[in-house]
Amino acid sequence: MSDALPPNSGFRTTGRSRRGEPWVWLTAAGLAIGVIMALGLFLLILLKGTASFWPRPIDVMEVRVAEGATEKIAGFVTQESTRSEPDGTEHREIQVFRGNKDIRPEAFVFIDEANIASRSRPEDLMWVERMEYGPGIIEPVALETPEGRIEAADPSFHDKLDAVIERSEQAREEILDIERHQIGRISRELEKHERAERSGEKTAQELAGRRAELQASFEKLQAQSGAIHDKLKETKLVGRTVDGADVSYTSDVLVRTFMPNAAGFFDRLGEALSRAGAFLSEDPREANTEGGVFPAIFGTVVMTLAMSFFVTPFGVIAAIYLREYASQGLMVQFVRISVNNLAGVPSIVFGVFGLAFFVYTVGGTVDQWFFADKLPTPTYGTPGILWASLTLALLTLPVVIVATEEALAAVPRGVREAALACGASKWQTIQRVVLPASLPGILTGVILAMARGAGEVAPLMLVGVVKLAPSLPIDSIAPFVHPERKFMHLGFHIYDLGFQSPDAEAAKPIVYATALLLIVVVVTLNLSAILIRNKLKKRFAVSSF
Amino acid sequence: MPAQATSTDAASRPDFIQVDQFSFHYGPKQALFDIHMDIPEHQVTALIGPSGCGKSTLLRNLNRMNDLIEGVRHEGDIRIGGTSLYDPSVEVISLRKRVGMVFQKYNPFAKSIYENVVFSLRVAGRGRKTELDETVERALTDAALWDEVKDRLHDSAFGLSGGQQQRLCIARAIANQPEILLMDEPCAALDPLATLRIEDLIIGLKQRYTIVIVTHNMEQATRCSDRTAFLYMGKLVEYGPTLAMFERPKEPQTEAYITGRFS
Ligand SMILES: Nc1ncnc2c1ncn2[C@@H]1O[C@H](COP(=O)(O)OP(=O)(O)O)[C@@H](O)[C@H]1O
Ligand SMILES: [Mg+2]
Repeated sequence: MSDALPPNSGFRTTGRSRRGEPWVWLTAAGLAIGVIMALGLFLLILLKGTASFWPRPIDVMEVRVAEGATEKIAGFVTQESTRSEPDGTEHREIQVFRGNKDIRPEAFVFIDEANIASRSRPEDLMWVERMEYGPGIIEPVALETPEGRIEAADPSFHDKLDAVIERSEQAREEILDIERHQIGRISRELEKHERAERSGEKTAQELAGRRAELQASFEKLQAQSGAIHDKLKETKLVGRTVDGADVSYTSDVLVRTFMPNAAGFFDRLGEALSRAGAFLSEDPREANTEGGVFPAIFGTVVMTLAMSFFVTPFGVIAAIYLREYASQGLMVQFVRISVNNLAGVPSIVFGVFGLAFFVYTVGGTVDQWFFADKLPTPTYGTPGILWASLTLALLTLPVVIVATEEALAAVPRGVREAALACGASKWQTIQRVVLPASLPGILTGVILAMARGAGEVAPLMLVGVVKLAPSLPIDSIAPFVHPERKFMHLGFHIYDLGFQSPDAEAAKPIVYATALLLIVVVVTLNLSAILIRNKLKKRFAVSSF
Repeated sequence: MPAQATSTDAASRPDFIQVDQFSFHYGPKQALFDIHMDIPEHQVTALIGPSGCGKSTLLRNLNRMNDLIEGVRHEGDIRIGGTSLYDPSVEVISLRKRVGMVFQKYNPFAKSIYENVVFSLRVAGRGRKTELDETVERALTDAALWDEVKDRLHDSAFGLSGGQQQRLCIARAIANQPEILLMDEPCAALDPLATLRIEDLIIGLKQRYTIVIVTHNMEQATRCSDRTAFLYMGKLVEYGPTLAMFERPKEPQTEAYITGRFS
C-alpha cells in the first residue's frame, strides 16, 4: 500500500504504526460476540415470552386416519418439523395443541401434513380458559341461566357471557376470603385452644363453650361458601367440540373466553395484554401450569430486598474494619483471600450451610425459646424466607465486602487528612467523610449482590423455596410480616415448570414468560438501585481533579 | 532579631512555636535534621526550599499529621505556647483544633458548602443552629468567599471553581477559630488571579492567626511573609526576616536558590 505513495511523502504509513490494528479488530470482535450472545439470549426470551400471550388462530383440520375415514381436529399449530423416514421419504409434520384435556388426556397431537384433507378457520370457535384441565376449544351453543337460555346466535350472548364470568370471578374472591381469612381465623383460635389444653393452662370444660361457638360459625361459613358455589353451578356454558361431543361448563370454572378467528388485530392485542396482566397478578393453578405467577414475583422481590437489607450493613462493617482499622499484615491478607474465595464456593454449599446452621441450629433454638408451645410443629426451625434471605446474604457478602473495600480505598488521602486536621477522630472521619464519599461505590457492590442473589435458585431449594406457597410472606393477617413462611421464587418456578410439571410441552410458553419476567424483575431491581446511586453521585459529584 | 517593617503587637510572643533540635525519620529515611527555630505569633512565616527538602514534613509535624504514617519517629521537641506537642497528656484531637491546616490540593468534602465550613464544629459536638449560621458567615467572610456563595450555601462544594474551593478550605480551617494556620503550598493548584486573592487573604488573616506557609514561589514569600526559613536537604540553612534575607542572604546556598529562581 505504502508503495503507491510518492517516495518522498512525509506521512507514509509505517508498518510499526499498523502493527496494532489486528489486535484492535480482535478486541472489537470479542466484544461484538459477547454483545451478540447477550442480545440473542434476551431477544429469544423476549420473543418467546411475549408470544406466549398472543392469542393464536384456531385451525380446524380434517385428517385422514384410515381408508376413507377422517377425523376433525381443532387446535393451535405449535410446531412444524420435517421427519425423514427410513425409506428416504420426507414428511412434514405439525404439532397441534387441541386442549380439551377433560375429554382426552393428550393435549398435543402430531399430524403428517400429507394426511390433511382440508384446513379452515371457522369464526365461531371459542377458546375457553377453565379452572382445571387447561383451555377448551368449543363451538359455543348457548348459555343456560336460571332466567332462561340464550342461544349463541343471540346478539346479547357475548355480553351475557362476560357478565357471567365477571360474576364468577367475584364469587371466587368471596369464597377465597371466607376460606382464607374467616375460616383461617377460626382454625387459628382452635389451634390456640388445643395448645392451651395440652400445656394444662386450661381444661377442656373451660374451653367447651367457646369451641362450640367456633364450630357453629365454622359450619355457617362453610355453608355460606357452599351456597355461593351452588349458585354459580346454576349457570352453564354449553357447547360442542368440533368432533361432535357435547360439553357444558358450569360458571364456577369459567376464567375467560376468546374467539380468536373472529377477532381483529386490536381485539387480539387487548386479549394479549389482558392475559399478560392476569399472568402478573393471579395465583397459579393446576400445578403451576396455568394461571399467574404473582406469588413468585412477590417472593423474589421480597427475598431480594431482605437479602440486600441483611448483606449491606454486614459487608460494609466488615470492609471498614478490614480497610481502615486492621493493621495490614499477613492475617488481614489471609482474611481477604478467604473472603474472595468465599465468592467461588458453589452456591448449593451455601444452601447446605443455611439449612444446617440457620434452619436447624438457629431456627431450632428460636423455636425452643419462643415457640415452645407449638412444638413439635416447628415455627422457625423449618425453611422459610428469613433463612433464605440470610443464606443469600452470606452468599453475596464477598461481593459487598470487595466493592466496599475498593470504594473506601478510592477516597483520596487528602480528604481524610482534611477531616483529621479539622479535629475529627478516626471514627468521625470514616463516618462523616469517608463513608459518604464511598457510598456510590458501596451501592455498586449492593447492586452486584442483588443481581447475583435474585438469580440464585439452588441454595433456595434447601432453605425456603417451595413449588406452591399457600400464603405470601407479607399479607393482611397480623402480624403482617411472616419471616418464617415458605415462599415462591421465579427462578425455582422456571425449574419447576420446565422439568417437574406433568406436561412439560404445555408448560413451555409459561416457562419462557416466567424467564422473561425474572429478567425484568432483576433488571428493575438493579435499575432502581442504579438510579438511587446516580442521584447520590449527582448530588455530590466526585471532585474533578 | 533585626527590626521588621510589619507591625507586631506587644502581646505577640516571639517564640510562640518553638521547634527545638527537631529531627524526623520516615522509617530508615531521615527527612529533618536538628531543626531549631522560633516562630513568632501573629506573623506569617514562609518555608522555602527545593522539592523534597522537608518543608511539608516540618509543617505537618506542627499538628502531628505525620503521626498517621507508619514507621515514623522523631527526636527533639516542638512546643506551642510553651506546651510540648509530644507531652503524653496532649490529645492530638485537641491539638488539631488549635492548629488549622490548608493543603496543596484543595480537598473539600463531598458535602454542601455549609456543611464543609461547619465540619470542625460538628465533630466537636457543637450543633446549635445559630452558632453554626454565625460561624458560616464569619468564616466565609474571612475567607473572602461569602459574597460569592451566600445564595447557594446548601449546594455541593464541588460546584465551585478551584480558587473558590481552596478559599472554602481556608474557611473550613478557620471556622473553629484556631490559633495557628498551616498552609502547604495553598496556591500550587491555582491560576495567578486566584493566587493573588489568596495572598491578600493571608495578609488579612495574620492579625488573628499565626500563619506558617510553605511556598515554591519566591514572589509569594516576599509579598506576604514576615519571616522566611530556607530548608535544604532536611536542614535549616537560613532563617530571618523575609526582606533582609532576600536582599542579603547570608549563606551561599540560600543565595543560589533565591537567585536561581529570581533572575
Ligand atoms: N510518607 C513518606 N514516607 C517516606 N518518605 C517520605 C514520606 N513523605 C516524604 N518523604 C520524604 O521526605 C523528604 C521530605 O519530603 P517533603 O517534606 O514532602 O518535601 P517538600 O515538601 O519540601 O517537597 C523527601 O525526601 C521525601 O521523599
Ligand atoms: Mg511538599
